[in-house]
Amino acid sequence: MSDLALQMEHVYKRFRRGEQHDSLRDLIPSLIKRAVRKDRERALEPQEFWVLNDINFGVKKGETLGIIGHNGAGKSTMLKHLSGIMVPTRGSISVNGRLSALIEVGAGFHPDLTGRENVFLNGVILGMTRAEVKRKFDEIVDFAGIEEFIDTPVKRYSSGMFARLGFSVAAHLEPDILVIDEVLSVGDFAFQRKGIEKMRAIAKSGATVIFVSHNLHAVADFCERAILLERGRIIQDGPTDQVIRRYLDTASSLAERPAHGPVRILGADISGFRGEKGSFQAGSKARIKVKLEALSATEKLAVVIQLFNDDFYDVFHTSSQRLGHAPINLAPQEKAECDFDVDLHLGPGTYYLGAYLYRYDTQREYDHVFPATSFVMTTDRDTRGSANLYPEVARFGISRAASLPPGLSNSPRAERKQA
Amino acid sequence: MRQALRELMKSRELLYMISWREIRIRYKQSVMGLLWAVLMPIIITGAGVVVRIAASRISGKPITGMDIGGIGVKALPWAFFVSALRFGTTSLTANSSLVTKIKFPRLIFPLSSVLTSLFDMVIAVPVLVLLLPFAGIQVSPAIFWAPILVLLLVIFTAGLCILFSAANLFFRDIKYLVEVILTFAIFFTPVLYDASVAGKWRSVLMLNPVAPLLEGLNSGVVQGHQPDLAWVAYSAVVSVVLFWGGIVFFRRLEPRFAESI
Repeated sequence: MSDLALQMEHVYKRFRRGEQHDSLRDLIPSLIKRAVRKDRERALEPQEFWVLNDINFGVKKGETLGIIGHNGAGKSTMLKHLSGIMVPTRGSISVNGRLSALIEVGAGFHPDLTGRENVFLNGVILGMTRAEVKRKFDEIVDFAGIEEFIDTPVKRYSSGMFARLGFSVAAHLEPDILVIDEVLSVGDFAFQRKGIEKMRAIAKSGATVIFVSHNLHAVADFCERAILLERGRIIQDGPTDQVIRRYLDTASSLAERPAHGPVRILGADISGFRGEKGSFQAGSKARIKVKLEALSATEKLAVVIQLFNDDFYDVFHTSSQRLGHAPINLAPQEKAECDFDVDLHLGPGTYYLGAYLYRYDTQREYDHVFPATSFVMTTDRDTRGSANLYPEVARFGISRAASLPPGLSNSPRAERKQA
Repeated sequence: MRQALRELMKSRELLYMISWREIRIRYKQSVMGLLWAVLMPIIITGAGVVVRIAASRISGKPITGMDIGGIGVKALPWAFFVSALRFGTTSLTANSSLVTKIKFPRLIFPLSSVLTSLFDMVIAVPVLVLLLPFAGIQVSPAIFWAPILVLLLVIFTAGLCILFSAANLFFRDIKYLVEVILTFAIFFTPVLYDASVAGKWRSVLMLNPVAPLLEGLNSGVVQGHQPDLAWVAYSAVVSVVLFWGGIVFFRRLEPRFAESI
């Protein structure tokens, strides 16, 4: 145990689908039921499922662990158990050291309070003492880059500023174990880089880091080891590269996932204009179809599509809104399809298509499916990299090397002239 | 229980910060600011004066300054009780983003509602102290009962807040139940009148644990004699049992908060 920072043993968690009884009227029958049998040991009822199903793993001190899996696989629930917010139905969790969990940036920020007040409030909520916050205050504000607005109520902040300040407070916690859920996806690109650098510094200082993200590249880059979750089970645990490969290979049937949030993606697919599927010739035209279904009323959504290459790099992403389509409003149970036409000017290799729904004003992401499908690009010429520039060798010529004194080389200009 | 208290001691800074936040928000962007703390007791006292005038018409006894002073003395703790209970009941559900995102002792929420309302009372006390001499009330040694009685009231209120906040997390109708009870509770509690008006039914009124405390404040501060100790002891026992039971109940349900909220 001593070299383990954290351990989960035979952890089970039972969840219930649909409504829970919410008023006194429904309480009495359920209380009687509960009194009659032992809750921990009983089997599942038809409405119930295991959101965590026999989870076993340990994390060594100083290790960086990534947790990946599709939406609804149980990642967030697992983090909530690690951080002690939820308690398992069965099994045990042991934590060795001071644990800080970053489940949502800016949770606990109050819109009417100023940035300064919120930094103190949030810092203490996250487990610092006031003296600690005071000591790190300048650093926190500086990192967020919002000095001039620090005495403005945060309700007047842009959502980016809000998120940066929230992340910045959390990034200065100095925990033994840091649990991060997707919070690095806040702010602009420059801030995300800064965030990853900061996480890396925390990991380097000897902290154990557990990282959940859809950004496979960040996980691959940052974590030595990864765990793949599917429907509440660990289906692979090992070196990050291998686990990510396995994740990309699992053809998941999207419609079977447990409902998660107000909308869900039923499928995302790519097919060529000439009927190709799965394999495309560079430069061909294709259509990406995203099918979605609203579970409850939703508004102002944009459909986001993304392509990742084999190194998990985000090769391309865009959204219906970025392309000028109006924000989408859906009534409950309404189904919709959003199609994108693309020209596949891609280099050879395997690509992974992902899709999610995004609301720009609240910066919330819904039902991220990745990978929805994968496909292979072929090209008539041998190139490397994701971009396809259709290169051709235009010319080749050898310049007769004149005998030059040692130490001097041909200047490029001279070479070109000769050629 | 002991563990609960230890955890609370550890997170006292957090309790302080959350209470500070509540106070800050309540007085920010409000026209009346700290006057709010005084407003509610003034309205209660006003209502009490009206009731007393009506009563004196019927009984033929004139109203004295002491009567009005007595109402004022009871109005303050009653205003505290009502506001603490109202905010305390919804304290967990109003902070659902914290309850589901961050781990710390959730007892902090109902307790901070109590502290916030206590702050209002502390603001209003000097005003009352300045006004009391005008009602012809003199300080006597019996005034030392006041802090003890207020402490008991705080314990009782905290117990109820803890109980109701947890219950309301699971069943949202608790909030409405509390609203209804609070609306009419002033008729069942000797705030505007003295318990003695009930005659031989006085003991029934005193079964309400708040009644002996308010009556005790009236005797200690206004009348200048010792409160009815038997009844105060009764309130003390109920308060402590409720506080303890509330914490036990709350802690048993706490693991299920995040998934049930």
